[in-house]
Amino acid sequence: MQLIRNGKFVADDFATVGDEDALPDGAVIVSLERWQKERDALTARNTPLGVRLKSGQEPSAIADDLDKLKVVALEFPVYRNGRAYSYARLLRERHGYTGEVRAVGNVLRDQFHFMVRCGFDALEVADNITPEIWAESVGAFSLSYQPATDGREPVLSLRQRLAARASAREAV
Amino acid sequence: MYRYDEFDYQIVNERVAQFRGQVARRLSGELTEDEFKPLRLMNGVYLQLHAYMIRVAIPYGTLSSKQLRMLAHIGRKYDRGYGHFTTRQNLQFNWPALKDMPDLLHDLATVEMHAIQTSGNCIRNVTSDQYAGAAKDEIEDPRIVSEIIRQWSTFHPEFSFLPRKFKIAVSGTPDDRAAIRVHDIGIQIVRDGKDAIGYEIYVGGGLGRTPMIGKKIADFVPKEDLLAYLEAIMRVYNMYGRRDNIYKARIKILVHEIGAEEMKRQVDVEFAEIRKTGALHLPAEEVARIQAYFAPPGYETLPDESTELNKAVLADRDFANWVKSNVAAHKVPGYAIVNISLKPIGGTPGDCSSDQMDAVADIAEKYSFDELRVTHEQNLTLADVRKKDLPAVHAALKAAGLATANINLITDQIACPGLDYCALANARSIPLAQQISERFSDLDRQHDIGELKINTSGCINACGHHHVGHIGILGVDKKGVEYYQVTLGGAADEKTAIGDIVGPAFTEEQIVDAIETIVTTYLGLRQPGERFIDTYRRTGIDPFKESLYATH
Ligand code: HEM
Ligand code: SF4
Repeated sequence: MQLIRNGKFVADDFATVGDEDALPDGAVIVSLERWQKERDALTARNTPLGVRLKSGQEPSAIADDLDKLKVVALEFPVYRNGRAYSYARLLRERHGYTGEVRAVGNVLRDQFHFMVRCGFDALEVADNITPEIWAESVGAFSLSYQPATDGREPVLSLRQRLAARASAREAV
Repeated sequence: MYRYDEFDYQIVNERVAQFRGQVARRLSGELTEDEFKPLRLMNGVYLQLHAYMIRVAIPYGTLSSKQLRMLAHIGRKYDRGYGHFTTRQNLQFNWPALKDMPDLLHDLATVEMHAIQTSGNCIRNVTSDQYAGAAKDEIEDPRIVSEIIRQWSTFHPEFSFLPRKFKIAVSGTPDDRAAIRVHDIGIQIVRDGKDAIGYEIYVGGGLGRTPMIGKKIADFVPKEDLLAYLEAIMRVYNMYGRRDNIYKARIKILVHEIGAEEMKRQVDVEFAEIRKTGALHLPAEEVARIQAYFAPPGYETLPDESTELNKAVLADRDFANWVKSNVAAHKVPGYAIVNISLKPIGGTPGDCSSDQMDAVADIAEKYSFDELRVTHEQNLTLADVRKKDLPAVHAALKAAGLATANINLITDQIACPGLDYCALANARSIPLAQQISERFSDLDRQHDIGELKINTSGCINACGHHHVGHIGILGVDKKGVEYYQVTLGGAADEKTAIGDIVGPAFTEEQIVDAIETIVTTYLGLRQPGERFIDTYRRTGIDPFKESLYATH
């Protein structure tokens, strides 16, 4: 697995730890269950923390803790399961979360574009993904019809701006 | 008709380029068939029994003559000289080679067409009324909002990996010709007390193995909020739709499990939140921009009566029969709506040869403002024909073998591809439709029987809409032998109903006779002016059961 963060291939500075594993030093990502059970001990460590949500575990479960979390990792159990697209948007748009939203699990190259649009800024991807593949995939579409989380201006508003500019030119 | 601007073109062309890359990866072996599957499915490419098949999107069923000519060309160049119009107002090519798909898509893109979202677990091609813009009692042309939904749903990043496929249909008239109540979302355009136009929303309809009729969850969504409301429904479905079992992953199951009230509540909560951001507020200028594309064509001022038409009706019995069944009333005086049957006696429902497509394109160009529609009953419609041109249109259709006078009659059947093409089929659908068509070929008899819809599916997936046929036929497999189960009383209009099963299934040898028995029973029971469905609703199933299973 490699990590792409904000479009760059970087070393993962977080360790994802299982529920039974001993906690290593440094930044960790834990399950929702572990977080709920060991919240105080985890925050007392004073190292960056992340929580990993399985499909079916909604962001509302950690809504009150978001200021303590540097990473929220959302799991795609199989490519067909797109729940986490909604979760990512809710984290960003409803809960105002500004930390890292990381896509983990079955993260396929043909989905990068959609994931980035929904607010994922980090993706754990297979080792055969290269920067070229990333660029091709995330840039497959230079335009979007609908507003989403990435702040890209939708076609509808591009059209309105074009029309406004045209009528301003006429007025001159 | 909608015309692409630079943005629409760019999105479609980028999609062609992307798919070209994906096909190249499959052909080079970099992708296994399993890995390729979700990618091709996002682009309408299925693997059928014998070959790959591609489903071309015809948004809300509207086509220009130029587009239809391109489809004819593609049929010749990449397929076997024909195409198949489907119940979702799309067109399928059954035989193109995978290596040709990118070129085929490139050709389509030159006429503003594509295969985006014609399959896969995303929001599918939006369907609508084939009489849009021409229907007498229309509140507003449903294609305007259909086009707005097409754009919003295209590559929607949040809703491209839903629990299952998702279908939306729109009707602009109280008469429902778009079967909105058997769609995941049905949109009925309505006027409120103060003359504002908005939308009544149905959710959770669908066919398949568990047929359900959509439940109304909103009486009036204002125009500017429609996309926010749809996004709310989609989000609730994406988060709570089941994913543990593909047969239970449809929104109809979610609505059934939590109830329409609770569904409404959850959607309303989400809607209120989405609305707050204002991001999906639909500006009136954008609606007006799209509306301008669907402005009425340049109708002439004509007397409503046409002497040419009246004379021809008296002079030519074939023509008179065709007018009676295939021509419908138009909102503008002197005009008529022409339905073109793709159900010739003994033919494959929905098939159309490339030569026929060219002929229809010419006829539409000359007589119907260069435009036509595909119906969800697998026929074509010319929406704006001058009454005085009807004899000429009829003659031109006849020359192309397209003047079958059977719209809404017993031989105007819907049938799925069945065992002839489909990998999932248990039984044949096409040969059965052909046999029924032959049995009832006599046109006088068909007119005497009157409106009667027979829908056939080759398996429980219900592609042929058998649940909502007045007579529905479902192919079932019993120990490797094809059987057919019959349902009665289904309907897909404003009085949508799921048919009732009559009893034990029939063998291949018995099924056509069984249909004949049902028809004869109806003829014996009907009161003057009663259609089959009216009689059935009055008498119920018992007399039909009795005559079907009477032991002698
Ligand atoms: C080889 C080609 C085809 C395959 C493999 C196929 C497959 C399927 C499957 C698996 C379903 C089940 C959907 C569910 O459970 O909800 C389905 C439903 C359906 N299909 Fe097809 N199909 C094919 C061709 C067609 C054609 C040609 C048409 C139109 C003439 C069509 C129209 C439909 C419709 C209307 C439904 C019902 C949708 C609903 O539940 O609302 N299909 N198809
Ligand atoms: S109803 Fe069944 S047999 Fe017919 S096309 Fe659909 S999946 Fe195939």
